[in-house]
Order: sequence, then structure tokens, then C-alpha cells
Amino acid sequence: MTGLRFTKDHEYLRLEGDAAVVGITDYAQQQLGDIVFVDLPKVGKKVSKGSELAVIESVKAASEVYAPISGEVIEVNPELAEKPALVNEDPLQGGWLVKLKVESASEAEGLMDADAYAGFVKTL
Amino acid sequence: MTAQPNPTAPLAHLPLDALHRSLGARMAPFAGYDMPLQYASGIVSETLHTRQKAGLFDVSHMGQAILAGAGAAQALESIVPADLLALAPGHMRYTQLLNDKGGIVDDLMVTRLPGAEERLLLVVNASRKAQDFAFIRERLPQFDLLPLDRALIALQGPRAAMVLGALLPGVEDLPFMRWRAFEEGPASVFVTRSGYTGEDGFEISVPSENAETFVRALLANECVLPAGLGARDALRLEAGLPLYGHELDETTDPVEAGLAWSIGKRRRADGGFPGFARISAALRDGPARLRVGLLPESKAPVREGAMLVSTSGELAGHVTSGGFSPTLQRAIAMGYVASKHARKGAQVVTELRGNRITLDVAPLPFVAHRYFKPSA
Repeated sequence: MTGLRFTKDHEYLRLEGDAAVVGITDYAQQQLGDIVFVDLPKVGKKVSKGSELAVIESVKAASEVYAPISGEVIEVNPELAEKPALVNEDPLQGGWLVKLKVESASEAEGLMDADAYAGFVKTL
Repeated sequence: MTAQPNPTAPLAHLPLDALHRSLGARMAPFAGYDMPLQYASGIVSETLHTRQKAGLFDVSHMGQAILAGAGAAQALESIVPADLLALAPGHMRYTQLLNDKGGIVDDLMVTRLPGAEERLLLVVNASRKAQDFAFIRERLPQFDLLPLDRALIALQGPRAAMVLGALLPGVEDLPFMRWRAFEEGPASVFVTRSGYTGEDGFEISVPSENAETFVRALLANECVLPAGLGARDALRLEAGLPLYGHELDETTDPVEAGLAWSIGKRRRADGGFPGFARISAALRDGPARLRVGLLPESKAPVREGAMLVSTSGELAGHVTSGGFSPTLQRAIAMGYVASKHARKGAQVVTELRGNRITLDVAPLPFVAHRYFKPSA
């Protein structure tokens, strides 16, 4: 998929103008297993790159999701409250977590593109 | 889950290790073993499948041993509170090894085997077997304790009897908490009608070299789905069953753990087990704290280690196991609370990521047991 950037912590972001859609990768959802709850931040919260953005609860454990870029939360995925398993089923589209208003798109430049991320996952 | 005893030691492998990998298991370290945590279908579907049909679990990491010698049952009564003298051949009991303070060294199953020689089959937790066997040998040096190197398979769920009956005719009639040996091909297979999921089912002890053939025969039945430790933990939590290292440890006594039912009437009167004074007082006066079910109001699971306070803010207890119930589709937990909170309708409070979460104290189990107890 084009336009996606990935972190080594298995978050992705997709830039849409000055906003970034953030979620976790297919590899990450597979590793977590059945996702039963997603604790999302409040709209208006400001996060810096690398800080805790959300918590995903699988059957077994809670896992933190880190912001892949600095910004302000402008939207959270409303469907996850009733259907957290969307993150398992469709992590890159319907299972997105948060939209951030990005402060500086140049922060995304250090992230991996799809090919680089696929190569990274193979080393794990 | 209990940590490995020694995280730097190499992991031991189950006799069915290759089979698990060929079935797509995700392996994880547990109690010193490389264990299947889940298979491709995932913990939720493995749990639901076990409740609806039959789940197959490899529990070969658990310790199996035979305590042999005349007077073995009477001698074992000196370190457990169950009435073992009343145990008929082929019958089994759930009990606890106790330290001198009445704390639980481990919980275990004891079966009196048929035969001329007095022999007790013990099944203990993987994380505790080294300590248990050393403890028993130290306390009962006059008896032989012979560990068995066999695979142990649990087949659990409402279709388990039908599935196993196709391989071992007659096994369907075995009542809950009974043992029987079958000759299966060249192998002697030991079957108990027991398990730790709350479902009807069996634990099947098979010589390691025959285990894969036996398990493949079970898996050939479309009712059977392989299930891992993740589903096993979800099932036992739903069934309100305590797990060593979580609800039970060397500071916990059987009464506060909600296991008073497993202490025989004769033993309550006569004692003769470690910690009798403490346990007797707890039976008479009620324990200071009790293991209870907890239903968080939140959708988010409240996990092990969460501290519990009363609605007025005083310390009330802690969570020992918490997660998501696939059967009930909600967060559930178990923990200890001070006795005054240990009643249906009581509420306690915890904090989760900065939010105040109320939990209702609830009776156990969360999902009703379905053991096979034919009426006489």
C-alpha cells in the first residue's frame, strides 16, 4: 500500500493533507491476537512522537501504542468502542485508531516505507 | 502466567512439540517449557469451541508421579487436608500440599490406583513439580515417588465423551473424578474424567512415544480443535478455578482460597495436616479474606495485580487473575477481598490508566460447571 509509513514499534501512519491516520500493522495485530478493547485518547490531546497514544487490550494482555508523529488528536475511530476486533480484521483501513493534526510532516521522513517495513518484519 | 523458574535455562520441549508447530501453534515459554500459547484460530475461538464441542490441550508439562508403598494414602494425609483413606480404587480427589503454616505449596490431583500394591497417582503443576517432588520426598522418605515420563492430553468440552468413546469404548460411562486404564494399541492409556476448564472432559496420560499417533486420531474428529494455554487460562478463569502462582501461593490457605469443600469432614475434626490450627480457626470463624469473582463495569479488562479499595477508599484486596471472557463477551476477574466485601452485591474500586473502575463482587463460577455426574 502506498503512502504508508511504519515504525519499528509496528504503528503506521497515512498522511492525508495535514492530518495523519494512525493504526497498528497487520503484523502487530497478528502478534496481539484477539483484540477485545481499545483505550483511545480524548480528542484534543496533544502527543509527541514516541509518546503513548492508545492502549490495545488483547485477551492476554494490554499493549501500548506509541504516536508515530507529533500532533493533536482530532478524531478517534468511533467504531472500535463496539467492535474492537476491527483492528484484527482490517488494521490498515477500518481498524484505524486515531487521526492526528500533524505539526511537522517532516517527522515522518525517518519512518520506513512498506518495503522497508516488510524487510524489517522478516528479521524478527 | 507464572514466570519460568530460571529464565536463562534452555526451554524443555514437549513430546508433541513437532505436532504443535505443524498445526501452526504460536509457542511461548511457560514454567520452563516451550508451550503452545494459541493456534491459528486464536484464543477466543479456541475457548468458544471448547465450550461448544471439544478442545484438545497438551498439558504434558504438568508433573505426573506415583507414590507407592503400603500406607501411602495415610502418609500423604500428613501433608494434605483431603480424606485420602476414604478414596476407593480408581477414584480421585483434588487437594493441596501444605507447608507448616497451612500455606499452599501446590494444588494437585490424587488418584488411588487399583491393584494389590498401594499406589497413588499424583498430578501437579508444571511450575511447582520440582519443589513438590522434593517436598514429598523430604516429608515421606520411606516411600518411593516415581515421576512418570508420559504425555498428558486434556480433551475438554461437551463432545469430549463422544470423541474419546470412539477410540476407547466405554470411556463415556466413566463418572467425574474417576480413573481407568485402557489398552490402546501397544500402549497403556490412563484416563481420568477431569480437567480444569469447567467442562465435562478427560485427562489422558499416554506413553510419550505413542502420543502423536493418539493425538492425531483425536484431531481427526471434526469436533476437536487444538487449543493452547491462552484458551486454557480463559476457560479456567470463567470456571472460577484457582491457578497456582495467581490465586494460590505459599501464603494462601485453602479456606481463604475458597477450597474448604476439598477438606474432608474427618480431617476437619481430627486434623493431622500442617497448619491445622490456622485452617481450623478459618473454618470455624471464617477467614479474614476470601477469593471472589469480580465483574468490572468497564469493557477494559482489569488485570492481575490491580489493587482494590472499598467505595469509601480503604484497602480491600487485589486482583489475582483478570481478562476477557470469550463466553460472556465481557471483562471478568478473580481476586481476594476482605471478608466483609466478600458477598454478592458488594462493590470495590480500582484505578485503570487514571480512570476509576467499579467492580461488582460476584459468585464463582462465571460459567456453570458441566461435569459428568450420573445420578446413582
